[in-house]
Amino acid sequence: MKHKKKSESPEANRITGIVQWVKSQDIFLLFVIPSLLGMVVFLFVPLIDVFRRSFCQGVSNHFWGLKNYAIIFHNKSFILAVVNTLKFEVICLPLLLFVSLLVAVGVHNTKNSFVKYALLVPMAIPANSVAVIWKVLFEKHGIINEILTDIFHIKAINFLDSENAFLILVLTYLWKNIGYSMLIWMVGLSAIPNNIYEAASIDGAGSFVKFFKITLPNLKGSLYALSVLSFASSFRVFREAYLISGNYPNESIYLMQHLFNNWFQKLDIGKLAAASSVIAVFLFVVLACLKKLIFRERNSGRYKKSKGDEELYVENNR
Amino acid sequence: MWKTIGKLLLYGIAILTLLPLILVATGSLMGSGELKSLISPVFGEGDGYAKWHFIPLYPTFKNIVELVLDTPEYYVLFWNSVKVVVCILIGQILFAVPAAWGFSQSKNKWSKFLFPIYIFCMLLPFQVTMLSQYLVLNSLSLINTHLSLILPMVFSTFPVFIIYQSFRQIPESVLDAARVDGAGNFQIFRYIGIPIGLQGILAAMVVGFLEYWNMVEQPIVFIKEKTKWLLSIYLPNINTDNAGVAFAYSFFSILPALLIFWFGRKLLEQGVMMQGELDNEK
Repeated sequence: MKHKKKSESPEANRITGIVQWVKSQDIFLLFVIPSLLGMVVFLFVPLIDVFRRSFCQGVSNHFWGLKNYAIIFHNKSFILAVVNTLKFEVICLPLLLFVSLLVAVGVHNTKNSFVKYALLVPMAIPANSVAVIWKVLFEKHGIINEILTDIFHIKAINFLDSENAFLILVLTYLWKNIGYSMLIWMVGLSAIPNNIYEAASIDGAGSFVKFFKITLPNLKGSLYALSVLSFASSFRVFREAYLISGNYPNESIYLMQHLFNNWFQKLDIGKLAAASSVIAVFLFVVLACLKKLIFRERNSGRYKKSKGDEELYVENNR
Repeated sequence: MWKTIGKLLLYGIAILTLLPLILVATGSLMGSGELKSLISPVFGEGDGYAKWHFIPLYPTFKNIVELVLDTPEYYVLFWNSVKVVVCILIGQILFAVPAAWGFSQSKNKWSKFLFPIYIFCMLLPFQVTMLSQYLVLNSLSLINTHLSLILPMVFSTFPVFIIYQSFRQIPESVLDAARVDGAGNFQIFRYIGIPIGLQGILAAMVVGFLEYWNMVEQPIVFIKEKTKWLLSIYLPNINTDNAGVAFAYSFFSILPALLIFWFGRKLLEQGVMMQGELDNEK
C-alpha cells in the first residue's frame, strides 16, 4: 500500500483531490445527483430553452426581441384560449375548494369511509372512458336530456356542442377532483386538536362559531396546498375536453393545450415558446401571490404545538 | 335533523360520483340488442332520447368475450400501457427514492436551493415544456418510441416530493442512534430509510400508476404510429352496432386502475394527503 501511495501520478492526485472535495461536501447530495441530472435534461433545460426560444425567430437562433410575444397577444386563438382558461380557473377553483371543504367536514365528522372512497374513484377512471360515458349521458338525445324532458318537462339542452360545453367541463373537473381535494382539506382538519373545540364549547361557542373561528383559521396550510395543486391540475382538464371533442372543440372550451397542439402540428415554434413562457411566468406569479396572500398573518397559521391551546383559541377569537 | 340531511347529502354526492362507473359496468354486461334499444337515439337513429336501466335485462358476457378474443388492437394497446407504466414506476423508484432521501437528510445550501425548483417543476403543466422536451427527445431520436413517454416521467419531480415527506417523518434521534452505532450513510438509507419510508414510496407508486395509466397529452404529441399508442388515448369508435364493445373496452381500461385503486386505497389516501403538506417546504 505504502509503495502505491508514493508513486502517485498527477492524474491520481487530481482524482483524490476531487474525492476529498466531494467528501467535504454534504454526502447526501450524492443521492440527489442521478435524479437531478435527469431532471435537468428533461425539465429544467427545456424550461430555460423555451425562454430563450421565445425571443428567437422560428427555428433559427436569430434574436428578434419581443416580437413573438407581440404576435401571440394579437392572435385571436391565443386570446380565446387564455380567456377560456382564466374563466375556467376563476369559476372552478373557488367552487371546488368550497364544495370539497363541505364534503371534507362531513366525512371528517362522520368518519364515513364509503363516501370517502366513492369520491376518490374518479381518480381511477381514464379520460377516454369518461368520453364514452359523457357521450351517452350528455348527447342531444342522451340520458340526461331524457330525464330533463320526461320528468322535468324542460326542453332538451345541447350540452356538448354549444356554450354549455363549458358547463360540462366544469362539472367534469369537479367530479374528477372532489375526492382529491377533500383529502387535502382533511389533512388540515385532522391536525386541529379536539381539546380546542372542547374549550370553545365550555366557553359557549356554537358549531357555526367554532367552524368560523377555529376550523377555518387553522386550515391555511391546506388552503395553500390545495389552491396551488388545483391551479396546477386545472391545466389537465384538457384531457377530457380533447377526448370528448377532439382538436377543434366548441369555442367555449378551446383551451391552451388545444392551441398548443394545433401550433405544434404547424411547427410554429416561436409562438409556442412565447406562449409557454407566458404560462410559466403566470404560474410562478400566481404561486408567489398565493403564498403571500394566504400566509399574510403569520401568527394564525396552522396549529403549532408550541402554543398553548387556549392561547391559540383566544388569538383566533380576537 | 341537520345531521340526517347532511348524511343524505353526502351519500347523494357519493352515488352521483359513482354513477359513471356503474353505467359502464352495467353497459358492458348488456347484449347489443338491449343497448341498441336503449341508446340508439344518441347516434341519431330512432326518435326520443336514450334511456338506461341499472339491471341488464339479459346479462351477457358476449361483449367482453368479443373484446378479449376478437379485438387484437385491445391487446396491443393494453400491453403498451402496462409496459410504459411499469417502466416509469421502476425508473422512479431507482431515481426518486435516493433523491428524496438526499433532500430529507441534507442541510446543505444547495439542497435548500434545489428543492423549491423541484416543487416548481412538479407543478409545471406539460404545455410549458412540451416543445423543448420534443426537441430534446428528437435529438436523442426517441420520438415515436415508448422511451419518449418513459424517460421524462422517470425524472418527474412529483414522486420525489411525496417520498420526501415520508422520509422527513423519521425522527432525528433514530438516525443519530444509528450513527453512534457506526452505521454508514448508505446503511442508514438501506436499513432505516427505506423500511420506514416504504409506505410513502408505495403511496407515490399508487398515485403515479393512476396518473400514468391515464396519460393523454404526451402520447398524442410524442407517438405517431397507432400500434404504439396507449390504452388511454384510444377512443373506441362508438356507434349503435358496437356500443357493447365500446362499453366493454371502457370497462376494461378502467379495471386495472380500479384494482390498483381498491387494493391501494389506503396508500392512495396517504399519497394525496402528503401533497397536502405542500406548505411545509424546506
